[in-house]
Amino acid sequence: MIRFEDVGKSFGPVTVLDGLNFTVAPGEFVTLIGPSGSGKTTILRLVMTLEQVTSGVITVGGEYLSHMERGGRLVRADEKHQREVRKRIGMVFQQFNLFPNMKVMQNLTEAPVRVLGKSRAEAEERARELLDLVGLNDKVDAHPSQLSGGQQQRVAIARALAMQPDVLLLDEVTSALDPELVAGVLALLKDIARTTDITFLCVTHEMGFARDVSDRVMMFDGGKVIEDAAPDKLFSEPDHERTRSFLQAVLERG
Amino acid sequence: MNDVWQWDYAFEVLPGIVGGGLWMTIKVTVLASILAYVIGLGLALLRRSDLRIVSMVAWAVIEFIRSTPLLVQLFFAFYVLPDIGLLFDPVTTGVVVFGLHYATYAAEVYRAGIEAVPRGQWEAATALSLPRSRTWTKVILPQAIPRVLPALGNYTISMLKETPLLLTIGVLDIVGVAAEEGSQAFRYVEPITIAGVLFLILSYSASLLTRWMERRVGIAR
Ligand SMILES: Nc1ncnc2c1ncn2[C@@H]1O[C@H](COP(=O)(O)OP(=O)(O)OP(=O)(O)O)[C@@H](O)[C@H]1O
Ligand SMILES: [Mg+2]
Repeated sequence: MIRFEDVGKSFGPVTVLDGLNFTVAPGEFVTLIGPSGSGKTTILRLVMTLEQVTSGVITVGGEYLSHMERGGRLVRADEKHQREVRKRIGMVFQQFNLFPNMKVMQNLTEAPVRVLGKSRAEAEERARELLDLVGLNDKVDAHPSQLSGGQQQRVAIARALAMQPDVLLLDEVTSALDPELVAGVLALLKDIARTTDITFLCVTHEMGFARDVSDRVMMFDGGKVIEDAAPDKLFSEPDHERTRSFLQAVLERG
Repeated sequence: MNDVWQWDYAFEVLPGIVGGGLWMTIKVTVLASILAYVIGLGLALLRRSDLRIVSMVAWAVIEFIRSTPLLVQLFFAFYVLPDIGLLFDPVTTGVVVFGLHYATYAAEVYRAGIEAVPRGQWEAATALSLPRSRTWTKVILPQAIPRVLPALGNYTISMLKETPLLLTIGVLDIVGVAAEEGSQAFRYVEPITIAGVLFLILSYSASLLTRWMERRVGIAR
């Protein structure tokens, strides 16, 4: 579903990704772990087209994302091309990024109406179903500022789902939450992962969650994937010393 | 006739100053403000255009208008433009020149307001595939504009206090009418004092309104 081929990404003189290769199969839940500043967010932002690759190629669902074909040659994707491919991809952010000027309902219906061309009634019905799913059906008319962090993140998850994405990107979606709200949001995500065939690419420091929900975990460091294994294998008997010390450090931090 | 303040004379000139001058001051200020707010927003958006040539031109226009005095622009529009066939009546000239001049200040205010909207809002809009135009009208501007209303209000107050400049192109605002009344009776104390008091009332009510907006915006966030 997602394929990175020799992807490089630099910010000016700083090289963050260097010849990165990996694939995520349709319906798979893949978690990326790795030290701070190693480029995990950058990978998700590349898939969301919030950043552009410096080199290499990204495909999503068999279509070029970073590039497009023109006259039999592969050229850089223009905005129009990316706009099309982007519709299949959704993202949930660490800081929620709900639209504060809209009520919860409009947050959930604006894009389905404008982008997917749904009728308002259809979009609102779907929004109510999704609010049910995330346990917030009483907050339809609330403004984001009236919600707790956990509630805002649930709305953000519902908003992403309303676009019926094939791929959902999760970037440390519980890091900004008060500790007592984390478990609820993670349980919700686990539920969604189990009951839908959405492909997930997830960055998290919640190792228990990663182990529980992932089909595969990729340990990422120095711009490369250094270990890629089933969660039980990677968490209990990692092949690489670097993975072992990273997991150790995370465990000690709590 | 030599009392310091003559009530009879004051009441004689008051209707003219209020009916003619005050009305003109309000009319020009309101129309020019609307023009400034609309054109200012346009300039701020052009300034952000991806097309370099467009943003350069918008920048040049803003810088040029902001760094020349309002009076020069007023004279230019009034005396020079007719020579090349552009002839407007004085009031229209005044409104357009004031509007354009303050549009450049408004553009800077809008720019700051737009930049104050967190980047995450743009990114969320992209993640939802919202078109650019929709992102502007539904996400960015509804967050940026309420925040800048107080600042725009302050420019309206500045504009209000500059309407006496219109005298130079023959448009009589509060001060213009007052001075004319004064010159007819050779007595200026009353008309000019009245003009000052009227300006005080206008500016003060406008600043109350602006402060009220400031509070509203504070609550909204
Ligand atoms: N827009 C940018 N301009 C310059 N440097 C950037 C930019 N975005 C990211 N970087 C740099 O790229 C590197 C990787 O950043 P990234 O946010 O992807 O790391 P991360 O793995 O998500 O870290 P964390 O776990 O702390 O979130 C960092 O060194 C960061 O400073
Ligand atoms: Mg990150």
